[in-house]
Amino acid sequence: MKLTLKIWRQANATAKGQMVTYPIDGVEEDMSFLEMLDVLNEELINKGEDPVVFDHDCREGICGSCSLQINGEPHGPDRLVTTCQLHMRMFNDGDTIVIEPFRATAFPVIKDLMVDRTSFDRIQQAGGYISVNTSGNTIDANAIPVEKENADESFYAATCIGCGACVAACKNASAMLFTSAKVSQYALLPQGQVEATTRVLNMVEQMDKEGFGNCSNTGACEIECPKGISLENIARMNREYLSASLKG
Amino acid sequence: MGIISSSIARKVAMALSGLFLVFFLGQHFTINVTSVIDPDTFNEWSHFMGTNILVQAVLQPILIFGVVFHFIMGFILEVRNRNARAIKYESYKGNTNSTWASRNMIISGLVILAFLGLHFYDFWAPEMNIKYFKGDMSGLLDPDNVNSGFRYYEELVHKFESPIRVGIYCLAFVLLAVHLWHGFASSFQSVGFNNKYSKALTKFAKVYAIVIPVGFIFIALYLHLNQLPH
Repeated sequence: MKLTLKIWRQANATAKGQMVTYPIDGVEEDMSFLEMLDVLNEELINKGEDPVVFDHDCREGICGSCSLQINGEPHGPDRLVTTCQLHMRMFNDGDTIVIEPFRATAFPVIKDLMVDRTSFDRIQQAGGYISVNTSGNTIDANAIPVEKENADESFYAATCIGCGACVAACKNASAMLFTSAKVSQYALLPQGQVEATTRVLNMVEQMDKEGFGNCSNTGACEIECPKGISLENIARMNREYLSASLKG
Repeated sequence: MGIISSSIARKVAMALSGLFLVFFLGQHFTINVTSVIDPDTFNEWSHFMGTNILVQAVLQPILIFGVVFHFIMGFILEVRNRNARAIKYESYKGNTNSTWASRNMIISGLVILAFLGLHFYDFWAPEMNIKYFKGDMSGLLDPDNVNSGFRYYEELVHKFESPIRVGIYCLAFVLLAVHLWHGFASSFQSVGFNNKYSKALTKFAKVYAIVIPVGFIFIALYLHLNQLPH
């Protein structure tokens, strides 16, 4: 396949970026999107140019490192896949592909297509955990009965890989789907009840401090999420938040 | 950062004020639809709503507060949301993952706000003038003649003489339908209501979002066309 790539190039966090056009030839339909970018970078390096910087790690859709807004959609046009799982067969010979970083004030660009998503880490650190004494008398988690329905829903919420596609897809750059998934995975389990009140209040407060937008229920986050995290988590977080606020 | 300034509290406040306005809209429509069924009933109900102390002194200020609050909160959220993405995408395909109605609530909201200005100029301001500035609480066409009948139906029909005004009203009702199409159903999600009844509730909200504005359009067109020479 012959393609035309329009890629956001930005030298560093403070530099002014711009879209740069790169023609690319010899792209195979079995390549992943990141492999296609590897081919481009090899060409750029051979020409003595600066390669395009982008996030990646496991390349099997589980680490949440890869990002990219591809032709106007986070992780590209396919559904329930990350960019590393997106294959070039989703595109046609002669296509022009626009590749941009995830855009959000809370996700500042570091260089080219790489963005700083540590705001997610800070939300997680604000309460996305349970405090367990591991001094030697810890109760086996399996000894605590959990309703099957709750266990399943908690597991589904925990499949969020924190890639940030929800923020990138949302017209308001809201992080409600991510935060609600992290709140839900504990709220549904008995182990999470001890810190339930402070968890949701602190995580939402941190989310707001980071400068994410407000959720307006467009549902774009759920559609674009590579793990299919449900909007039900946002409703659950809203309930948890209201309940926690009333408790003080 | 307290609960009042939190994103979820604002979202819930937006949803609750919206649900209140949705309820008011249904009540407004119920009274208006009597104008095409039985003008006498319309006159009686209008007179009751216009002179009842509870409606005028308690419910009317609450309604005005609800409208103003909903719009101000909408603008505050819009500004915050725009700031959350300072640099826009070169390519953004919102239509692949969400409806136009859900992405453009500010546009449909602004059209409804402009319409409310016209609507208040047409009906609310003259009503306040007659009742509270001129002191005429009789509701009669001629306050000196008890047999002249109520003025409400006559005033309503008179306002729908102009095809331009009817056109503006119909356009605003279309945008109202668009606003309700997303807003009504999503308000349940905002207040945390998402369970086995949600699908049925969403269907009801979607039907409501169409039926009420179409009903208002029908009333406007009926009152206008009924005045044309046969």
